[in-house]
Amino acid sequence: MKRGNRLPDGGLIDRERQINFTFNGRSFTGLAGDSVASALLANDRMLIGRSFKYHRPRGIMSAGYEEPGALVEFEAGSASGNEIPALLPLREGMRVKSVNCWPSPEFDLGGVNQLLAPLLPAGFYYKTFMRPDWALFEPWVRRAAGLAAVPRAAPEEGAYETRNLNCDILVVGAGAAGLTAASIGAASGLRIVIADMDRQPGGALLGCEAWIEELPGTDWVRKTAAELKAADNVRLLRNTLVWACREQNLLMARQNPERSGERERNWRLRARQLIIATGAVERMMVFPGNDRPGVMLASSVRNYVHRYAVRPGRRALIFTCNDTANEAVPALTNAGIEIAAIVDTRPEPQSVPTSGIRHIHGAAITRTSGRKRVRGALIRHANGRMEQIECDLVALSGGWNPSLQLWSQARQPITYNHRTSMFVPVAKAAAIRCAGAADGCIGLAAALRSGAMAGAAAIKACGCRASAAIPECSPQTRYNAGPWWHDEAPGRAQNAFVDVMNDVTLADIHLALREGYRSIEHVKRYTTAGMGLDQGRTGNVNIVGAIAEATAADMETIGVTTFRSPVAPVSFGSIQGTREGSVLLPYRHTPLTEWNVSRGAVMYEAGARWRRPGYFPQSGESMHQAVNREAGAVRNSVGVYDGSPLGTFAVKGRDAARLLDMLYTNRFSDLPLHQGRYGIMLTDDGLILDDGVSFRLGECEFLMSTSTANAARVYRHVQKFLHLERPDWQVWMTDLTCQWMNATICGPAAREIVAALGTDIDLGRGKFPFMTIREGMVAGLPARISRVSFTGELSFEINVRARDLCQLWERVIDAGKAYGITPIGSETNHVLRVEKGFLSLGHEVDGTTDPYDLGMGWIMSKKKSDFLGKRSVSLRRRRGVPRRELVGLATADPAQVIPEGAPLTPGGRREKSEGVVTASVWSECCGRSVSLALLQDGRARHGETVHIRTPEEVMEARVTGSCAWDPQGTRMRS
Amino acid sequence: MLVITCPFCGPRDEREFEYCGPAAPPRPEDASVVSDRGWVEYLTSPPNPVGPVEEIWWHKRGCEAWIRLCRDTVTHEILPTREVRK
Repeated sequence: MKRGNRLPDGGLIDRERQINFTFNGRSFTGLAGDSVASALLANDRMLIGRSFKYHRPRGIMSAGYEEPGALVEFEAGSASGNEIPALLPLREGMRVKSVNCWPSPEFDLGGVNQLLAPLLPAGFYYKTFMRPDWALFEPWVRRAAGLAAVPRAAPEEGAYETRNLNCDILVVGAGAAGLTAASIGAASGLRIVIADMDRQPGGALLGCEAWIEELPGTDWVRKTAAELKAADNVRLLRNTLVWACREQNLLMARQNPERSGERERNWRLRARQLIIATGAVERMMVFPGNDRPGVMLASSVRNYVHRYAVRPGRRALIFTCNDTANEAVPALTNAGIEIAAIVDTRPEPQSVPTSGIRHIHGAAITRTSGRKRVRGALIRHANGRMEQIECDLVALSGGWNPSLQLWSQARQPITYNHRTSMFVPVAKAAAIRCAGAADGCIGLAAALRSGAMAGAAAIKACGCRASAAIPECSPQTRYNAGPWWHDEAPGRAQNAFVDVMNDVTLADIHLALREGYRSIEHVKRYTTAGMGLDQGRTGNVNIVGAIAEATAADMETIGVTTFRSPVAPVSFGSIQGTREGSVLLPYRHTPLTEWNVSRGAVMYEAGARWRRPGYFPQSGESMHQAVNREAGAVRNSVGVYDGSPLGTFAVKGRDAARLLDMLYTNRFSDLPLHQGRYGIMLTDDGLILDDGVSFRLGECEFLMSTSTANAARVYRHVQKFLHLERPDWQVWMTDLTCQWMNATICGPAAREIVAALGTDIDLGRGKFPFMTIREGMVAGLPARISRVSFTGELSFEINVRARDLCQLWERVIDAGKAYGITPIGSETNHVLRVEKGFLSLGHEVDGTTDPYDLGMGWIMSKKKSDFLGKRSVSLRRRRGVPRRELVGLATADPAQVIPEGAPLTPGGRREKSEGVVTASVWSECCGRSVSLALLQDGRARHGETVHIRTPEEVMEARVTGSCAWDPQGTRMRS
Repeated sequence: MLVITCPFCGPRDEREFEYCGPAAPPRPEDASVVSDRGWVEYLTSPPNPVGPVEEIWWHKRGCEAWIRLCRDTVTHEILPTREVRK
């Protein structure tokens, strides 16, 4: 490495293992243990990409997930956009490129936006592009918006997955506080999970020099982590970002793969006690040019030096308002970084100054200079004198922001602490507590103590005994910070960034305030400050401070915006895991699927996830031809249909008849034994829920059937009524769907087929009439035959045990050969139903109709004083408002089939519709198309001509009765 | 995702349950004798408070018990559950 920034020794890296990668097509070399960011810095790559809105040059600003400046994307097979380079472990052959710049970050054509910046303030698209029409500008603005490109294809290797894990105590964050809490927990024997987003535990200890229990900080981390790993009751999840805190301590975490071939894994963690030890993020400082490459967070500079042995610059200017930056000075000077000066905004020295370093008090940076890399900064001294200081690195320390995302997601309270200028958690909930820097305990000693206390408290809350042994470390003074929210920046506020990632400046905040936005939530949404991938971790509190200063309000009163999940970007793939397609919602099949498929059936879903045959095309047949042939067979000879998915329920008990009387609009209590009756079921708001036939099998036993799609809904409806409204009734409803399965033989020759199968049931005309049920043996199998008809033809529904269905089916096909028996699918069934004017849920029953509308007023019992829905139907009909009623339609051109759902309008004009076509099919047996419609006052309009309006044409049709085939019903009763 | 304690099965995941609305006043014994206003009131005014509300849940993918529980709509805190019949 020629222009290397790598220090000759130190760092948690393996100097023996070199790793090759490319950045924007150029080859570079890093070391094992590097992140992409540290490898780029080691190769003196500070300029990483261009910014979101103004295409300003941006570089690496931090060493963690708070990174507001630098984003990269992967190329090739593992294409993935908007990744934070500091979080990516460097891997061999990695291909990384810049975001939001073309052709390169050094020379970017989009940089012209910098000149337009004065025209692009907050909310500019609400104002600038209003006339003549936003739609004209939208495509252009949308294309310009966003950062990295969306990957074109899914990742090449590995699968996403989801896992569940329960524990007594979950510790989020394995820094000093988290490790201490987990260690205490480990000794208690409780089940502990500790999750950390980094590749190795340690948190801030990885990025600074410290001594704990007479060991260097990183050694203490190693020893503690090894002890935790060795304990049976502790699980340490590395690379795991806890990204959501849901109700009752359900936490969602994303684990990045540790080996190639794996992809992300999502954990659903349920914890009795939660300890949030997520640390704190160093705050940016707001002044013009605070986004220039070379401006970094002070703690991050220290992190790169200590963890990666990388020197991000040669001559640093430190700008601070608190005590922590001083602690970094020895490490920086040891690394050969010259400290140009420490600029402290506080007027008085607060701590012992480091000897040999220039301290400037009561001063501030008012601007930086340099183009693609900072070259110097202009300082305004307390007395107003300006001074230019040369440097290639500006290290900012604006105080600390405890990472309270999870705490905030759990809806826990947050307050402002004036001494430390931080928003800190207010302890309240018993099952959630913060520890360490997340609890506002800045500094190692405070963090260790806080971690120990939190661990002990969580153990006690789990009902175990604990002793809080606090690890010893070098003593520290109490942390102090003076609030400093932004430089005065007269006239140059538009280069002072409060949200670097989203290009939001101090001027934008002031604009929002001038335009009347007061609430922090509104300012955030109007300016987009804090809405980027980094969620404004480094800048949000500066915004609160800026609003407080501009409006003379209290920080506490303004407050912070509510954090929402995810804490950091999470891929949809990891949330979904393995649940997709047929795994998520499996299809249901009857035992005949194999037979159907082998006969060439076109299979599709037909309600309630049932996969059923649509039609059985023979060689060369179209769907239309197949349906005509199948329908013709049923009308003229015989067909067979698999009706197994129909909802079937046993209703048993002393109050069974009473229950059916309540559920259906008509009476069932007077139904004779072994007879069936068609019923319509309403909800209590007077709309049709379902229809079906119920048979009486005994004094206190009924066999109830529902439509296929509605079986589950009806079951729930009945159970709810019974359990909530009539708990004293003695009646049970048992789901028998698919316990009995059936072959329904329908057509004029049906009786001959059943006889040919061989049965002990008397099939004689007078002996086994329509709407009755018989039990006996059919084809040597125990069976129940019911005489219902869904086709309008003579039908026998032969129900057998599920395991006998295939056998029965083969026998039926054999027995029917002489009559040309034809299996029929759902398409034909639909045609036959429409010809008969039978209701179909979702067609005629569309959630607005009642039985009167469908010409079935006779089914609404006058004798029963109450049944579900009765009161609402009568209340609604009393108003006398005209209703849409079911009619048939005969099109003027008999061959024309109307698109289902087409509106009927007066005269076919473009007016308010007077009805809708609910079904329309070609009927081979009627020799014309047959249609059903819901038409305003339809029953009084038989014979009238109405008009159907489609986008292409206006069709004429004559209003008819709703039953086009055998209106007397003699065929199905035969 | 809530954890709901079924009186029969103990604490179980929310995915086993089906939410069946807030606990409304009981349906009138005979709807034909209720005033129009009373009937509309019964149909259209389910409780919808900010804070604790009594709800009906069905342990559909479990023991099929019908459960009455009190959930705080702000904090999701769940107070003890019981079977609806009791």
